[in-house]
Amino acid sequence: MPPLPSEHIVKSYDEELARLTGEIQRMGDLALKELEAAIAAVVERDSDSAERIVESDKEVDALENEVGQDVIRLLALRQPMARDLREVMAALRISSDIERIGDYAANVAKRAIALNRVELVRPVFSLPRLGKLAAEIISEVLLSYRDRDADRALLAWARDEELDGLYTGMFRELLTYMMEDPRNITACTHLLFMAKNIERIGDHATNIAENVYFIVHGTQIAQTRRKGDNTASVVAKVGTGKSA
Amino acid sequence: MTDLNFAMSAPVVGTSGRAVDAGAKPKMSARKLNFYYDRFRALKDVNLDIAEKRVTALIGPSGCGKSTLLRIFNRIYAIYPKQEAEGEVLLDGENVLDPKFPLNRLRGKVGMVFQKPVPFPMSIYENIAYAIRHYEKLKKPEMDTRVEEALRQGALWDEVKDKLKQSALGLSGGQQQRLCIARAVALKPEVLLLDEPTSALDPIATGKIEQLIAELAERFTIAIVTHNMQQAARCSDFTAFMYLGELVEFGETEKLFTQPAKQQTEDYITGRFG
Repeated sequence: MPPLPSEHIVKSYDEELARLTGEIQRMGDLALKELEAAIAAVVERDSDSAERIVESDKEVDALENEVGQDVIRLLALRQPMARDLREVMAALRISSDIERIGDYAANVAKRAIALNRVELVRPVFSLPRLGKLAAEIISEVLLSYRDRDADRALLAWARDEELDGLYTGMFRELLTYMMEDPRNITACTHLLFMAKNIERIGDHATNIAENVYFIVHGTQIAQTRRKGDNTASVVAKVGTGKSA
Repeated sequence: MTDLNFAMSAPVVGTSGRAVDAGAKPKMSARKLNFYYDRFRALKDVNLDIAEKRVTALIGPSGCGKSTLLRIFNRIYAIYPKQEAEGEVLLDGENVLDPKFPLNRLRGKVGMVFQKPVPFPMSIYENIAYAIRHYEKLKKPEMDTRVEEALRQGALWDEVKDKLKQSALGLSGGQQQRLCIARAVALKPEVLLLDEPTSALDPIATGKIEQLIAELAERFTIAIVTHNMQQAARCSDFTAFMYLGELVEFGETEKLFTQPAKQQTEDYITGRFG
């Protein structure tokens, strides 16, 4: 399916819109790779790779600036209307969501460096499941953006509940490890933040899905998203070594 | 969608800032309107309501019939041979196309301003007074008051009050156009038809006319034909999109420019036509 219904009379307008879309897709691909590499750096205890990831996030930030400038130029020079206006507005919002995804991925990498300085704890191996699911969701929303496929966006949007569920599980697991042995606290705290970062990445991915839906339909998604993140009410049961 | 009541079912504020609510009622209505330039059918069964004391914009590519429609509203086509309208144009429920509806009365109720400013080759004062004299006999002090009132309504008074006896042809294009609007409103019409009133003007003069339209909409029912889509979006409460003599879409301006219902409308307003 072509991204837009037909061509503008002014060809350079199409080129500018295509450029904007291209920038968003490049940003998305970069942020996705950042996340996948950050998870690998955690599991493989690879601090060098982690440092490269932190560095590479600057590229995503730079692209976000480019998108911002292009949006201003398009608004000022083309005065987009209707669907074109939604495209431009969505590009601005999506770029800011991807930039945040990049930031969270970079933070996972940064914490990997700290984590590598302390002894390995078992919950490290729970993180990839979370990371893999988040990456899948991002990948799906980026494809839905590429094809301007609102149905696909909606499916990806609904999967965030799954990610929230995994995060809640990991939260409990980490709490248990920390209660078992206070020497685990440093590593587990870093892991807890990493897991939270990935959970937030999922939220930004749902924002992108909402914007894809908005581009296509001109309205917001009518349903409310079910949330699976119940960590706000989880408490540790002292003495049992378990969380509830 | 040609039914005003449908378009106004939800109370919202139009892009002009005026409330677009169920209180707005049709002032002029085209009913099954067809128009022929000799054998060419320029309008095809057009049904459209122009809401009272609101601004309705008519947009569409050249030759779509929007100016033709405007010209029917005050029967200006009647001066040309081989031009014929079929159907009804109701003004407060009366069919103005009925030959029994006096032209003079119609022109007094429905004023028109054209694309190119057409001041009469006489003084600024006389441009207004001449129009009024055609309809009313006024004594000098009364006429002075009416001329001032009209020029104030045309947002021109402050610029011309010291040179009322000078020729109107010496005014700038923007001032001339405001003079034409003042001349039209001097007759206290109920409906004001504006046919691309700013297409010959610079952005500052255009801004002044647009501000003037916003002020005049409190007292008059306004229909404006414009090629400038941003202008239609800025100035009007309702917009009608026409193509090849048909009314394709009609609705609240904000809705039409953000979420048009028809693909043709979307293609036109986003610059994809053809």
